[in-house]
Amino acid sequence: MSEMRLKTGLAEMLKGGVIMDVVNAEQAKIAEQAGAVAVMALERVPADIRKQGGVARMSDPQMILEIMDAVSIPVMAKARIGHFVEAQILEALGVDYVDESEVLTPADEEHHIDKFKFKVPFVCGARNLGEALRRIAEGAAMIRTKGEAGSGNIVEAVRHLRAMHSQMRRLTLLGDEELVHEAKETGAPLELIRWVAKHGKLPVPNFAAGGVSTPADAALVRQLGAEAVFVGSGIFKSEDPAPRARAIVEATTNYQDPAVLAKCSRGLGEPMKGLDIHQLAPEERLQERGW
Amino acid sequence: MVEKQRIGILALQGAVKPHVEKLVQLGVEVVEVLTPYTLASVDALIVPGGESSAFLHLIEMNGLWDPLLEFGREKPVWGICAGAILMASEVLHPAQRSLNLFDATVERNAYGRQLQSFVSALEPAPAWEEEGVEGVFIRAPRIKNVGPKVVPLLSYKGEMVMAREGKHLISTFHPELTESPAVHRYFLGLCGTT
Repeated sequence: MSEMRLKTGLAEMLKGGVIMDVVNAEQAKIAEQAGAVAVMALERVPADIRKQGGVARMSDPQMILEIMDAVSIPVMAKARIGHFVEAQILEALGVDYVDESEVLTPADEEHHIDKFKFKVPFVCGARNLGEALRRIAEGAAMIRTKGEAGSGNIVEAVRHLRAMHSQMRRLTLLGDEELVHEAKETGAPLELIRWVAKHGKLPVPNFAAGGVSTPADAALVRQLGAEAVFVGSGIFKSEDPAPRARAIVEATTNYQDPAVLAKCSRGLGEPMKGLDIHQLAPEERLQERGW
Repeated sequence: MVEKQRIGILALQGAVKPHVEKLVQLGVEVVEVLTPYTLASVDALIVPGGESSAFLHLIEMNGLWDPLLEFGREKPVWGICAGAILMASEVLHPAQRSLNLFDATVERNAYGRQLQSFVSALEPAPAWEEEGVEGVFIRAPRIKNVGPKVVPLLSYKGEMVMAREGKHLISTFHPELTESPAVHRYFLGLCGTT
């Protein structure tokens, strides 16, 4: 149990902050100097993975180590869904959090990683409450929305946050026998369903990811209940990354203050271009990955 | 005419909610502080765990640097982990700016990364009169050198992990992540005596 407390404890420390995708030590330093609470080290941001295609895998350990050396904040890295050996390698490198991520090409189309076997904590994506609780049942210590990574479009993260929160509110109204039915329907363990019904929230921190490109996007997901914000392609695929990174940090903290949001949103240059979700074929939707 | 204590918690980023829950249990009024205006309304302040480098940016962004210095000259401040780093007189690994509210040198991430995070029972110093405390250390800093007025309260393997100087408190572990309200109760005691 103390293990879980250490894993979710680090996520507690990241709350209210911004976790930024970076592809090299130089970007990691820009992120840290802009006030990021952590960085996600990866070889290609989701927008490039989407564009270039092919199999997306764990990043080169050399690059991850360079980023770990460059900054004093926690460093996360991604493993493919179900690829427990990539996770073992990331743990051996000493990364602070592993993201078992749908952004990479899945290595197993039935199973996720048994995350209880690791000392390093894991974050996993989810689109709804059932998916979140199944990941927690496997040992995830942090949940993030999947959104649609690399799209520059916030619509899917909003959909996932709304779904999760409305499903949690609904559980708090159900009777005991209905909770048993919910467990069956969602494939989530009954004890976790009961926990959520009692507390009205997830038993682990609940962050947002996927499509955050502007300070307003960050404040939107915060106001919809996300406890912190991951920004993938949104910063380093924009015209002028450093001021945009600072503005997103400022907006994430002051998400309830429209006057601050109006101030920090000014003059940031072009955001990343972005995609209409409806133009994506189902097989191009990264959020469909995960089971 | 006893008024309820108003305890502020710096809510720029980090582990804010667990402190709020503890303080509400102990029956004080809790205010999340994001601006100089709300800071001016509280009797004491908790600077929670989080990322100290992010705190430095957010304090500047929200115009809180000078108000925090002024606040700390008069009223009690308790810094936890990143909060302790922020309050230190000197920061190592890497060197960074700090508020210099507490006469101590603090080294960041001094036990290592997340894989070196740990939980351990703590050893009480003679000045600690509360119940025993368990320490949750997450990428924790270490207190290296302290000034003559600093009183040790709790230790881990003989090294100070919580200390008091006047009305200020620093701890390198996270009492908000354990069941016991002992450390929060102790801080409220310090606030009451000022």
